[in-house]
Amino acid sequence: MVRWGARTMRYLRLFGLFFRVGMLNELEYRANFFIQVFQTVLGLLVSLGGLSIIFSHADNLGGWKPDELLAVVGIYFLVGGLINLVIQPSMQKLMEDVRQGTLDFLLTKPEDAQVLVSVRQVQIWKLVDIVLGLVVLIVAGVRMGTVITPWTAVSFVLMLLAGAIIIYSFWLMLATFTFWFVKIDNILVIFQSMYEAGRWPVSIYPAWLRVILTFIVPVAFAVTIPAEAAVGRLTPAMLLGGLALAAAMLIFSRWFWRFGIKHYSGASA
Amino acid sequence: MLALIAYYQQRIKTSFIVQSQYRVALAIWMIGLVLEPVIYLVVWRTVAESSGGQVGGFTPGGFAAYYIVLMVVMHLTQIWHMWEMEYLIRDGTMSGRLLRPIHPIHQDVSENIAYKVLMLIVVVPATLFLVVVFQPEIQTSLWAVLLFLPAILLAAMLAFLVGWLVALAAFWTTRTLAINEFYFISMFFFAGQVAPLELLPDFIRRIADLLPFRWMLSFPVELFLGRLNPQAALEGFSAQVIWIGLAWLALRWVWTQGVRRYGAVGG
Repeated sequence: MVRWGARTMRYLRLFGLFFRVGMLNELEYRANFFIQVFQTVLGLLVSLGGLSIIFSHADNLGGWKPDELLAVVGIYFLVGGLINLVIQPSMQKLMEDVRQGTLDFLLTKPEDAQVLVSVRQVQIWKLVDIVLGLVVLIVAGVRMGTVITPWTAVSFVLMLLAGAIIIYSFWLMLATFTFWFVKIDNILVIFQSMYEAGRWPVSIYPAWLRVILTFIVPVAFAVTIPAEAAVGRLTPAMLLGGLALAAAMLIFSRWFWRFGIKHYSGASA
Repeated sequence: MLALIAYYQQRIKTSFIVQSQYRVALAIWMIGLVLEPVIYLVVWRTVAESSGGQVGGFTPGGFAAYYIVLMVVMHLTQIWHMWEMEYLIRDGTMSGRLLRPIHPIHQDVSENIAYKVLMLIVVVPATLFLVVVFQPEIQTSLWAVLLFLPAILLAAMLAFLVGWLVALAAFWTTRTLAINEFYFISMFFFAGQVAPLELLPDFIRRIADLLPFRWMLSFPVELFLGRLNPQAALEGFSAQVIWIGLAWLALRWVWTQGVRRYGAVGG
């Protein structure tokens, strides 16, 4: 247990290091910050505009009240920001490295390769999305006016964590496929368009699309289920299911990654 | 003129062959094209079902018809050169194009036409799939359906001119991403993507009538679905023609200014 804790601390420090490097790189291009703010605000405008048009015609959407959907929007930005902050850029770098053979350099480093490939690219301006998502979420919470019970708070944080783990494992598995099929960055485009569907609770979609958004591209776990926890609608069974799936996917993606890396023959081989 | 026709024939043929090499990319683009209309179709259908079967004259089947037709028109009017122009200018490819004895816009028009025709291979099955899944209902008249084709052609021309005009911003700035996103969000609200324009508040509809976006996308859709009376249809066609004229004039002027400003990389 102590060893496990120490290792986690070391990985967190490693992430902190890459975060600082990302920050130093980007601080040279400060205008990008304003571009990011502009983009995030436009994205928020799309969400809020859509919501206000819909709720000028109805008082709920598939059982979700306006403020609850506002919480969905907040979580959509929060999780999207998290994915774009570190998961997606790191995985894209991994795919590029495999294609060019430069992954060799990384594999020689005396640290767990999976941890290194997972955190080494950080796009710090995406913090804007995270912050704004949090603000929207807090506004939604205040407007709902419900008392935050320990159950709501704990289940929300746990589901957010589980969602992040599921999305991470999903990306890692996708990226691992690069060891066999060298050029698959188009798949990332699919994920990005699919994530758009997460602006709305997946329960409104027809069954076939819901299955895709839950098990093939796990948008449901990333956004809708944490949102259900935040509005206090999560059942204990769903909580346990989410946690179990997160653990299973983490273990499986780790195994798959190790299996894949055995197939990596390097640039010069 | 004959030379131009010959150029187009050859260019379209070549683009067609080149683009059909990227079959996986085409399938992926299709997902992008289909997903957004499907999301808002589902959202609005849910709203209609929960508010007693209809919203502002749209039944669930009416929304299905609206968004399926919208998807087809989106495909036929799309333009992506605003994403490419920045690279063409930055890496100097534009220099080569400027040296040719023909305006660079013709190459882009050819590629655009070739892509739209080629993509029908996936757009047609996707449309049929959505029709089977979402059961659209259409009540329209013959004249409206017959006028759909000219309305699409004019919308596609207008969308191409406006899109190319947006792309030319790359001559002045490298931050084209922000400009492009501004353009696409305008389409989202004023061209009937977030909701049929009939469902928007009055003042937004009035703004939408004054901007070019509605005439680039939602006007043909409204026409096809029989939601416009003959007078509104006539006004729509007039608006399309006027905007095409304005956009064409603006394009000529901005292009001259832009080329004058253009200093190629390494030039």
